[in-house]
Amino acid sequence: MERTPPPLFRTGPSALTRLVIFVALSIALLVADARFNYLSLIRQVSSVAVYPLQQLATTPKQVWTYFSDLFISQTSLHKNNLYLSAQNLILANAAQEAEALRIENVHLRALVDAREKSPIPSVVAEILYAARDPFSRKVMIDKGLQQDIVAGRPVVDHLGVIGQISQTYPWLSEVTLITDKGHLVPVLNVRTGARAVIAGTGDDSRLELRFVPLASDFQKGDRLVTSGIDGIYPQGIPVAEVMNVERNSAALFATVDCKPLAGVNTDIQVLVLGPLPSVPERPTTPTPSNPKKKKGGA
Amino acid sequence: MISSQTMAPQELLLPAKPGFILLTLFIALTLNLMPWPNWINWLLPDFVALLVLYWSIEAPRKMSFILAWCLGLMMDIANGSLFGQHALAYVILVYAGITVHRRIQNFQIPAQLLHIAPLLLLTNCVVLLVRALADASYPGYSYFLSTLVGVALWPVIGFILKIPQRPRSDPSRA
Repeated sequence: MERTPPPLFRTGPSALTRLVIFVALSIALLVADARFNYLSLIRQVSSVAVYPLQQLATTPKQVWTYFSDLFISQTSLHKNNLYLSAQNLILANAAQEAEALRIENVHLRALVDAREKSPIPSVVAEILYAARDPFSRKVMIDKGLQQDIVAGRPVVDHLGVIGQISQTYPWLSEVTLITDKGHLVPVLNVRTGARAVIAGTGDDSRLELRFVPLASDFQKGDRLVTSGIDGIYPQGIPVAEVMNVERNSAALFATVDCKPLAGVNTDIQVLVLGPLPSVPERPTTPTPSNPKKKKGGA
Repeated sequence: MISSQTMAPQELLLPAKPGFILLTLFIALTLNLMPWPNWINWLLPDFVALLVLYWSIEAPRKMSFILAWCLGLMMDIANGSLFGQHALAYVILVYAGITVHRRIQNFQIPAQLLHIAPLLLLTNCVVLLVRALADASYPGYSYFLSTLVGVALWPVIGFILKIPQRPRSDPSRA
């Protein structure tokens, strides 16, 4: 015979039963997210519920910035102004040169019948907060699906690449920084033109080049820019500087440590680059010749 | 044997109001989502985890599994971490808290900390295991350090949260 407690003491299933139920639910979610990526839509829908809270949490910081902007000193404003006008002169000069070059380039490209390079549209966004997940390097920015941000777009600042949009919500998006472990950017060595792939390490100040042959020409101080062959990052944006090259003949590849050039951890405002001009379609029939990645030629 | 010195003097407290519990959890979630300076970010404990454990020890009947689970999902959405990672951690904490609550309430604060620290570290290890299986990432020792900071904050949290539960001094007895 089953013994049931009187209704007064009935408290539902035991704690252990509940634990098992919720642990099973969590594991199901984890597997669905990590292995199958089913949950993008659920994330977007439920993010609407979290959005007001995120806004509330960032309010103190915004109030603080507002007031510290309000009481900024006369001297620092003056100093800033001097610096900016000097900078303006330099930039104006550079802009004139660039304009002349652009016109020249248009003519030359028309001559060789190259495809017109269209300027890339961009959206200015502000970093709201850094995600507090010790396992990854991600930040949240204040532009999302409403501003036509799409996952995969590159994010840059005035110094170089900082990352890539990895998840979009209605009014926010998540940027995976280039320092995130396993985040890859195809790069080009400015000095030699050698191509390589740079990967984040999970460390804020270190990136590493992957699969660099021992004999390849990388030196301390080399600047690496995006190569643009992925069709995601536009060509020629600075990414990193080589800090240290280690060639151990016992290893297959050289260890090349780099330092990100952009203010990956210090930025407030960033630029989300818009859709790139589409790259030509991949040939459908696989060409058997030349399976190795070409090195050297720019 | 537990010597009488480690036993806490039993303090008579008013029961915690469910609204107050919800409010404190809400504040903890807001604290977690706040943008902190970089240098403090890796030292900062998970306030929601601390409070979930606190309330499942102090008010085991009122701290529900589903609430902890939902808080965990909210953390996962806001942080862009693996969906269910925090939820799993908080659910385990609630269970641990409910299991040890009778025992822990008998101890004074230093002895309480010796109970809390392993529970929080165990939860960390579970999350670590999940992430190791999912994408083999390891955040370094600082991951455990922030938990120890949380343990150090435990007495402060306990003191603050007990303020509204202390009975007002009874004017008729004075």
